[in-house]
Amino acid sequence: MKDDLLLRWILRSYTALVFLFVFAPIVASLVFSFNSDRFPTIPLGSFTTGWYVKAFSNPEVWDAALRSLVVSSVTAILSTAIGFSAAYTDYRYNFTGKTAFVVLALLPPTIPLIIFALAMLGWLSMFNASGMTVSIIIAHTVLCAPFAMAVIRLRLNQMDPNLEPAAWNLGASEWVTMKSVVIPFTLPSIIASLCLTAAVSFDEFAVAWFVSGLNKTIPVVILEILTGNIDPQVNAIGTAVFLVSITLVVIAQMLVMGRAKKPETT
Amino acid sequence: MMTEPLVVFDNVVKRFSDFEAVKRMNFEIREGEFLAFMGPSGCGKTTTLRMLAGLERPSEGDIRLAGKSLVDVKPHERDTPMVWQSLALFPFLNARENVEFGLKMRGIDKEKRRRKALDWLERLGIGEFAERDVNSLSGGQRQRVALARALVTEPRILLLDEPLSALDAHLVIRMQGVLTKLQRELGITFVYVTHSQSEAFAMADRVVIMSKGEIAQIGSAREIYRTPANRFVAEFVGRNNIISGKAVSRSEVVTAAGTLRLADELAPSSDVTFVVAADRFGISTTAPTTGNVIAAQLISEEFVGAMVTLFLEAAGGMELKVQIQERSLGEFSRDPGQPLFLTFDPAHAHVLKG
Repeated sequence: MKDDLLLRWILRSYTALVFLFVFAPIVASLVFSFNSDRFPTIPLGSFTTGWYVKAFSNPEVWDAALRSLVVSSVTAILSTAIGFSAAYTDYRYNFTGKTAFVVLALLPPTIPLIIFALAMLGWLSMFNASGMTVSIIIAHTVLCAPFAMAVIRLRLNQMDPNLEPAAWNLGASEWVTMKSVVIPFTLPSIIASLCLTAAVSFDEFAVAWFVSGLNKTIPVVILEILTGNIDPQVNAIGTAVFLVSITLVVIAQMLVMGRAKKPETT
Repeated sequence: MMTEPLVVFDNVVKRFSDFEAVKRMNFEIREGEFLAFMGPSGCGKTTTLRMLAGLERPSEGDIRLAGKSLVDVKPHERDTPMVWQSLALFPFLNARENVEFGLKMRGIDKEKRRRKALDWLERLGIGEFAERDVNSLSGGQRQRVALARALVTEPRILLLDEPLSALDAHLVIRMQGVLTKLQRELGITFVYVTHSQSEAFAMADRVVIMSKGEIAQIGSAREIYRTPANRFVAEFVGRNNIISGKAVSRSEVVTAAGTLRLADELAPSSDVTFVVAADRFGISTTAPTTGNVIAAQLISEEFVGAMVTLFLEAAGGMELKVQIQERSLGEFSRDPGQPLFLTFDPAHAHVLKG
């Protein structure tokens, strides 16, 4: 009994420490974003929303925020569409070289980001397609599609292989079956994938920095403000970005886990 | 004028790369009959059903439904609804919406669709669960939803692929009753695939026994049980004793357990294999002086309620099964070492061809 209690206490503290380690920097950033002092030191100065006012009255920040929003939305839609197609191909068809297809399709996130970004820059320059908002969208779609595929594949694997034939058998053509069976079945994972890929694109710095040129996204602007300058504006922007990303990721997690728990007896 | 049967399989062959799942199959399904396909797994029974539904395309031959070739008809253009082993209910729809699916695909308007779906759910005794999530229903209720979903379009033929294999034993018996009653009332042709002999024999008008992609026998349950066409069917049906020997005259066979007389006409000095059903034997402790007698020793017994199966060994290592009423066990001694004598009427022996 006593040992159990002790063990439980140790495990709880351990879990708390892990969370502390992960979230402390973010919480610090949040706290200092409301602190009137220029330098992040303790004791704190007075409470202020001034850094937010300053950050969001900067047209460059607004410009970047808007661009990030556009890039992440378009990236989310494109990469989810590509990810869905790849996942469905994997689910539905058997062909020689299928393993190679799946491995290649899931590969991009395993490439070191700097190398991926350099390669993207070189490649896009060949078509005079670097330095534009579209360049970031292309690069981010390549980066995000595997995440979309992984999430949607997880859901498709729970689908009874007879579900589509059952729909055909009841008079639905293949396209109608896609619309009225496959998409409704995978909808939670499609929404999860949209949120997840939007979050990845919204946060992504390295690739965006390489291919964006003058069309900066929010993470690029943050870094530029930060270079050679200590400015608590960054805390304010960072907190806002964090809130957007975490919201998207939490929605995605809820959708993926909520469905996985539901008993899908055959 | 002869009316064309509802379904005709005309020289149908199905190959999967180098494996021949169905070997040149010819048979007919009559309008309004309950036909069961039975056989061990991998015998081609499910492939046959899937070809009928259009989920597999025959490699050779033709399949006709009501006189029209089906080979080039897409699955969704056929009217051959199926009840799946996994049920394959749509988990994102409730019970009523599942039943409505086929009607919706036929462009039937919302109100009519709803009314028909509810009628069918009611008819199958699950009207009160119409708006329930299918995942929250029990196995038996889900089974009924699947049946309603397939029957709501009022097809001429219903395909059933081992629909009861996931249910508990007592539910299987209940659903067998539901299925036979429905089939009689609706007059629809049922094509039923199963590996369960009791399901096939209890429900079907005719049973098709399949083995390794071929039809081993087609007939009523009684015909298959009493007069199996060949050794495979005799063994598959069980409860048969298969005895081999050599004909010494037109009516006598020499076996390891002695000379036995059969009713069938035999070709002298040919090899003969015949079956005697386990329930056709008489058993006693004293040797009768006339008729067919096999001396044997009791090895073991198996009780199934009112019936008992005795396993015996005769001369030459011949193993025999005898099925008798439990209450007649007391009529003879079953002490170890007690010689027993089995008798059977020559008319009850059935000679196998091939």
